[in-house]
Amino acid sequence: MISYILRRTFAAVILLLVVSAVTFAIFFLLPRLVGQTADQLAQQYIGKSPSKADIAAVKHNLGLDQPVYVQYWHFIKGIVAGADYNLGPTTVHCDAPCFGYSFKDHVAVWPQLTSRLPVTLSLAVGAAVMWLVSGVVVGVISALKPRSVFDRTFMGVALAGVSLPMFFTGSLAILLFTYQWPIFGRTYVPFTDNPAQWANTLFPAWCSLALLYSAIYARLTRSGMLETMNEDFIRTARAKGLPERNVVVRHGLRAALTPIITVFGMDLGLLLGGAVITESVFSLHGIGEYAVQGITDNDLPKILGVTLLAAFFVVIANLVVDVLYAAADPRVRLS
Amino acid sequence: MTELSQTGAAVGEPTTGAAPDAFLEVRDLKVHFPTDDGVVKSVDGLSFSLEKGRTLAIVGESGSGKSVTSQAIMGLHRLGTRGKNVRMSGEIWLDGKELVSAAPDEVRKLRGREMAMIFQDPLSAMHPYYKVGDQIVEAYRVHHKVGRKEARKRAVEMLDRVGIPEPAKRVDSYPHEFSGGMRQRAMIAMALVNNPELLIADEPTTALDVTVQAQILDLIRDLQKEFGSAVIMITHDLGVVAEIADEVLVMYGGRCVERGPAAEVFETPQHPYTWGLLGSMPRIDRETSERLIPVKGQPPSLINVPSGCAFHPRCPYADIPKGNVTRTVRPELEQVGTGHWSACHLSAEDRTRIWTEEIAPKL
Repeated sequence: MISYILRRTFAAVILLLVVSAVTFAIFFLLPRLVGQTADQLAQQYIGKSPSKADIAAVKHNLGLDQPVYVQYWHFIKGIVAGADYNLGPTTVHCDAPCFGYSFKDHVAVWPQLTSRLPVTLSLAVGAAVMWLVSGVVVGVISALKPRSVFDRTFMGVALAGVSLPMFFTGSLAILLFTYQWPIFGRTYVPFTDNPAQWANTLFPAWCSLALLYSAIYARLTRSGMLETMNEDFIRTARAKGLPERNVVVRHGLRAALTPIITVFGMDLGLLLGGAVITESVFSLHGIGEYAVQGITDNDLPKILGVTLLAAFFVVIANLVVDVLYAAADPRVRLS
Repeated sequence: MTELSQTGAAVGEPTTGAAPDAFLEVRDLKVHFPTDDGVVKSVDGLSFSLEKGRTLAIVGESGSGKSVTSQAIMGLHRLGTRGKNVRMSGEIWLDGKELVSAAPDEVRKLRGREMAMIFQDPLSAMHPYYKVGDQIVEAYRVHHKVGRKEARKRAVEMLDRVGIPEPAKRVDSYPHEFSGGMRQRAMIAMALVNNPELLIADEPTTALDVTVQAQILDLIRDLQKEFGSAVIMITHDLGVVAEIADEVLVMYGGRCVERGPAAEVFETPQHPYTWGLLGSMPRIDRETSERLIPVKGQPPSLINVPSGCAFHPRCPYADIPKGNVTRTVRPELEQVGTGHWSACHLSAEDRTRIWTEEIAPKL
């Protein structure tokens, strides 16, 4: 088990390196291949009508005049060992892990990411708990009474939930519950400051996001349960004289839940890399919003930082899911 | 009418309502499943009885209603999403309690304690995520208010009893860590943990290696002797029947076509379908050049059961009885020997002649 986790962690580091190289190549190498020069790149970050000397200085300070692989090396080295940046009058040291400075607002990327992470984390985890619980409960009841009124109603709602875009449900939730009837707060409050206020503000965002996902989870659970409840071991459980509730929960749900946990881990991992649309709709200053800034400004360090962080979460989620799976299903051996 | 039920063990048309003397008595049991294509009459008027310590083999091809019968006794049909679609009638008396009309929770309390079941495929019949011991512990604790430790001791004891080596160690194994025969032994341990008085074994050896089959049958027989329970053995394997059964019930199209003591049914079978089953059984003492004689044709549809005798489309002797009787009148069970019943329109002379002259020499 331990050696398995160590090996997987090592593989994860390699994978993250590859992801960083590919991302780096997309944003630094591709533009050059299609003819963009370092001068033009540098010019983007200075603003209107820069002088030749300005361009040269920026180019040199940001290292844009060096070959791409050297730039990549500096980037990776910065993450591991920190780096020094010449920002004109002074040189600043950027502690490891250093993801560089934003080209645009000249703020270090890593502290920005860490300060925004709690927001994204709050949004993702809160919504995840909601959608997992509601999706599984609805799915189980639907599976136990297939084609009943409950089943048809909730599967209809689920279909709507999947189809409705966040722009719509999110905006509607804000309009109704923070403006029309101001039940919920408007500005994010950190959990550590005031948990009640934190939950209160995030609630509409959780619901909107959870609606999207719980629809999928309800359907997954329903089909999984329908299949499981026809298994032979369910008949055995009944033949033992177990009360039906125990048959459903201990034998049926236990088996049906395992694949759902897998999907859940992946979804949560993806979401931790930034719920771009939800954060934008609810004006939450999280990773997703940071990514949007980076992309609109063509701010490469931001984009790189977010991409690597997102990749990190996905890789970690993958690892956790695999370990959990082995814990849940004794037939799976980690090797 | 009550006098009839005194001799209930062999009665074809039993009385209704009153509790029988027999340990298990099934009276005119019908299990129907309405579907979009029509009503599937899986069991359509079945009666039999069984005493403690005796073994009844229910024989028939796939779809003859033998598994449905066993699950009806256990009350398993009424559970789950399909449970609402079952139409059941008739009576099932187990130790003085009627099960068809009983409240579901009453039947549940009997399941696993007074009646237990062993299934065909022990791999799929055990929960893959739980340890074998825990599954036995669970079966014990549903019906006994005991702590985990005590139940675990009982599980180890049962595993030991069914012949699993190092039971104290294997109690913590998962089903997939067992071999097929071991799994079936563990299933038997699970079924017998509450000392049930009725054990239903639904093709318990079909999924097993031939070498293991005999061991499992021996085990069931030994345990039956030890616990004195009644056993219903569902099978399509006449070899199993010869090995273990005291009585045989042959089912065809959801009904009983022949019933009697095992030795008699094997020596003087009275129904053409039983002849067919015997003819299609491979025998070691038969010349290899001789071919098996299969029962021609397909099992009947349970939605549109053939009129008259359900077996007439496949019966080589359907034209012998006068008139069109085999196609229009459903034959009822008639006594043909001591405790031996058969539902056939052929006259006793015809049956004896066909059996002794045509069938027996070829077997």
